[in-house]
Amino acid sequence: MEKVISMEELPQYYSDGMSVMVGGFMGVGQPIEIVKNMVEKQVKDLTLICNDTAVPDLGVGTLVVNKQLKKAIVSHIGTNPETGKQMIAEELDVELVPQGSLAERIRAGGAGLGGVLTPTGVGTVVEEGKVKMNVEGKEYILETPLRADVALLKAHKADKAGNLVYRLTGRNFNPMMALAADMVIAEVEELVEVGELEPDEIMTPGVLVDKIVVCGKGE
Amino acid sequence: MATVALNTKDRIANRIAKELKDGDLVNLGIGLPTKVGNFLPEGVEVMLQSENGYIGIGPVTEVDPDLVNAGGQPAGMVTGAAMFDSFMSFNLIRGGHVDATVLGALQVDQNGNLANWMVPGKMVPGMGGAMDLVVGAKKVIIGMEHAAKDGSPKILKQCNLPLTGKQVVDMIVTELAVFTCTDKGLVLEEISEDTDLQTVREKTEADYIVSKNLKKF
Repeated sequence: MEKVISMEELPQYYSDGMSVMVGGFMGVGQPIEIVKNMVEKQVKDLTLICNDTAVPDLGVGTLVVNKQLKKAIVSHIGTNPETGKQMIAEELDVELVPQGSLAERIRAGGAGLGGVLTPTGVGTVVEEGKVKMNVEGKEYILETPLRADVALLKAHKADKAGNLVYRLTGRNFNPMMALAADMVIAEVEELVEVGELEPDEIMTPGVLVDKIVVCGKGE
Repeated sequence: MATVALNTKDRIANRIAKELKDGDLVNLGIGLPTKVGNFLPEGVEVMLQSENGYIGIGPVTEVDPDLVNAGGQPAGMVTGAAMFDSFMSFNLIRGGHVDATVLGALQVDQNGNLANWMVPGKMVPGMGGAMDLVVGAKKVIIGMEHAAKDGSPKILKQCNLPLTGKQVVDMIVTELAVFTCTDKGLVLEEISEDTDLQTVREKTEADYIVSKNLKKF
């Protein structure tokens, strides 16, 4: 199956109202070029699942500024004042999730689990409305799984089968998101032939990746 | 003593650094806590963990767009650094593999409750990794100035801001005092060389016990 597509072919996988997981931490390890394309195509009413909303002029931060989001499920919005502004004006629904719980919820979504029991957030507003359980004398919150229609990943290298290699802190949420969406698209800096990556160096197996867009190093 | 020349924040960082042991895996929060790394006693080497996915934060030698710290700022790495994903990063944090975390605070109370992630109606940045750190790290050390900018106490009987964690704090270090959080409540362990018990009492709302072995720092 041919997985490599051009940026021009990408919009067929967008739809208004879709849920989308985007890899990256403060824009690092984020598919910046694909996000630019989504801004250009004005895809709207998105539910974004991402670690943070970056800064106003970078990556997913631009989706906020361009008012393309209906909801954001993130752990941090402090570096993008526009997110807070839209949240207070009730234009954007923001669900703040502790970072480790966000990672676990995405993992659960991709791993066939019904959720995860975590002590994170016990005794805080995070536990409101959630099932709590006492296991062996310790209290836990049930955090439910997260999945999305589309996951947008960023990798340093890919082969044509979709096997991915990330670089330094660019890895972050990408490996978990590769398992947790119906359509997984990776923006990659470099594409190599199948067989050129050492099997031991592959961080995300290619079977999880549906499409690859080669963008170089970006700007 | 060299400490006389230190400013308030450096004094706090300097005192906290003495809590870290050789070989510890440590997570330092943004701001004042980051300074702790500058004051490690001789012979103490720690590895610093960054929530976004690595162990071995080091000085920035050259800016690499793929290498940032948990604040999204350019970072460096030491020889022997290890990179991983957010899942592993928080397994380390939540699973008790981080020996100590140093965090700032808006409020701490006598039950070891911590509030440091939001001020309703004013500042809602999100909790990021803080809620995981406070439940998972083996030792939670709060480094902060003793009182707020307007002089109001930050060490309270009960936090009134939304909590980051319930009964999670092990130690509080300010420019005036060192407290430990125990089953019996807060214990004043040390006061700084240029303060006295009365000053600490006046600037602290919380109830506390004065240690029989009260020391100066």
